[in-house]
Amino acid sequence: MVIAPPQGVTTTERPVKLGVAGLRIRYGEQTALEGVTLDVYEHEIFGVIGPANAGKTSFLKAINRMDMFNTDMHVEGQITFNGLDTRKVRNVYGLRRRIGVVFPLPVGLPLSVYDNVALSPRLRGEKNRAELDVIVERCLRRAALWDEVKDRLDTLGSMLSGGQQQRLTIARALSQDPELLMLDEFSIAVDPVTTMRIEDVLKELRQEVTIILVTNLVQQARRLADRTAFFLDGRCVEVGVTEDLFTGEVQDQRTRDYVDGRFG
Amino acid sequence: MEQQSRQAVPRLDSDFDRLNRDWYIDKAVQVLVFLGGISAIVFIIGIFVFITKEGFGFLVGDFNFREFFFSPNWRPTSENRETFGILALIAGTASVTGLAMLVAIPFSLGAAVFIAEFASGKTREFLKVTVELLAAIPSVVWGFIGLAMMNPLIIKTFNVPVGLNVLNAGIILGLMAAPIMTSIAEDALKAVPDRYREAAEAMGATRWQVIYKVVLPAAKNGLLGAVLLGVGRGFGETMAVLMATGHSINIPTSVFDSVRALTATIAAELGETAAGSSHYQALFTIGIFLFVVTFIINLLADLVVRGVRKG
Ligand SMILES: Nc1ncnc2c1ncn2[C@@H]1O[C@H](COP(=O)(O)OP(=O)(O)O)[C@@H](O)[C@H]1O
Ligand SMILES: [Mg+2]
Repeated sequence: MVIAPPQGVTTTERPVKLGVAGLRIRYGEQTALEGVTLDVYEHEIFGVIGPANAGKTSFLKAINRMDMFNTDMHVEGQITFNGLDTRKVRNVYGLRRRIGVVFPLPVGLPLSVYDNVALSPRLRGEKNRAELDVIVERCLRRAALWDEVKDRLDTLGSMLSGGQQQRLTIARALSQDPELLMLDEFSIAVDPVTTMRIEDVLKELRQEVTIILVTNLVQQARRLADRTAFFLDGRCVEVGVTEDLFTGEVQDQRTRDYVDGRFG
Repeated sequence: MEQQSRQAVPRLDSDFDRLNRDWYIDKAVQVLVFLGGISAIVFIIGIFVFITKEGFGFLVGDFNFREFFFSPNWRPTSENRETFGILALIAGTASVTGLAMLVAIPFSLGAAVFIAEFASGKTREFLKVTVELLAAIPSVVWGFIGLAMMNPLIIKTFNVPVGLNVLNAGIILGLMAAPIMTSIAEDALKAVPDRYREAAEAMGATRWQVIYKVVLPAAKNGLLGAVLLGVGRGFGETMAVLMATGHSINIPTSVFDSVRALTATIAAELGETAAGSSHYQALFTIGIFLFVVTFIINLLADLVVRGVRKG
């Protein structure tokens, strides 16, 4: 099932992967994000930029239903994934398995490198060692980590360097074979060289998965994202083709000020 | 030129280098804290020296290694020939401790997982306080429960002549060790950072999968430490096993056999021996043995908790 693309978008006929309508997120009585209505198309990199506390992380949490872990967090409005209302899915684990998440700080689980990447396939019930070997190698290769760890797959994932752990996290997310990959300021704990390598990986992944890239680096959004949303103080100020935010027409002057580095 | 620049340098003020009040207080605190710190070591060594000294005559004189460790005959007051074999006592302690762990491990692990992973808010606090209360019950009370409640219950349920046996003491000791093991296991689970859980949950792991695949492996050192501490507890427990084992010398062949523990033997007999007699010294040699074993178990527990052992 596919929801029709929103009015005004005629250049692309791409199916909507993620549909967000009238989203409002609050913690207790305090609103963290409201008035978000946007679509993310299949196989695009969708950037989300904005200063700290704009509501970017909350947005991602609402998408894969991480609000379930926080009794304070309330989500109103509609989020559809493949046309299915995420509030109404019965098997939330099934939903999450199709959505890979990479957190700002790398989380190398205290398992071996191999087990980190094999965890998700194992959760799905994969037991065949040969099959797992293939998956582990493929995901580590795609995350540009294979060459560095192939000789020590049984060291603890939490013992790798920060940049390696972040790529391990990405490999683990890829091992889910996700349809949607969400990255939350992944370069915060990563050196510039590794950041560039991961960016190259993301460019390639665009062929296969839909990516939501939350970033505090506007230039990163410019380098990678097809379209970008600008969040500010709990509101979605602007959604548009990324390049337009930098050089074209903007609906809100604050967007241009932000991408030009005049505030935030 | 050089002369001039030298003159331009102001006189250095060396007044700071005096041993003032702050300096003395600091030194005094350092010494006090150091004494406090090493006092534990001093006591341990002191105790070890004391029991070794008391058992020393036996160790160098009548001590027969083979008899001591491999004879099941503990006949310290025999008229014709005294025998000091502790094999049966070791078997008694080991069987009771082993059964106690079979009882305590599922209880304490289950309780720890529930408290750390499922319970929240008031339930959690209430359970934690309850567990601590349980841990504070004096062992003589547990012994009393074994004697007065478990004994008739076992006799009736299993239709056996005596209810003071391995089964009774094992259950009592297991229940006794469970609260402290729960506490430590729960600490170990709580020490697993939430971001691990979140990461696994974000991947679509169910709650049980998160616990089984991520939390338990991450906490395995702490959990193993909890078990070893329970073992140490079982080994050293005296009063409850004295009351619940039946206190008769036996190498048990079933859980319904009465046994006697190392600790209980010391407690029951030390008061009746003449200081310096072979019997007295043999009891102290048991003490040395207990000391060494408990020390090793605790050391292992400590190493494991700290994860020094790789893996
Ligand atoms: N767990 C939480 N409990 C209460 N308030 C929160 C929580 N997480 C985020 N917030 C609030 O929600 C707002 C948006 O936060 P966040 O989504 O983390 O923004 P960003 O990722 O853009 O920095 C902030 O004002 C923050 O204080
Ligand atoms: Mg954030």
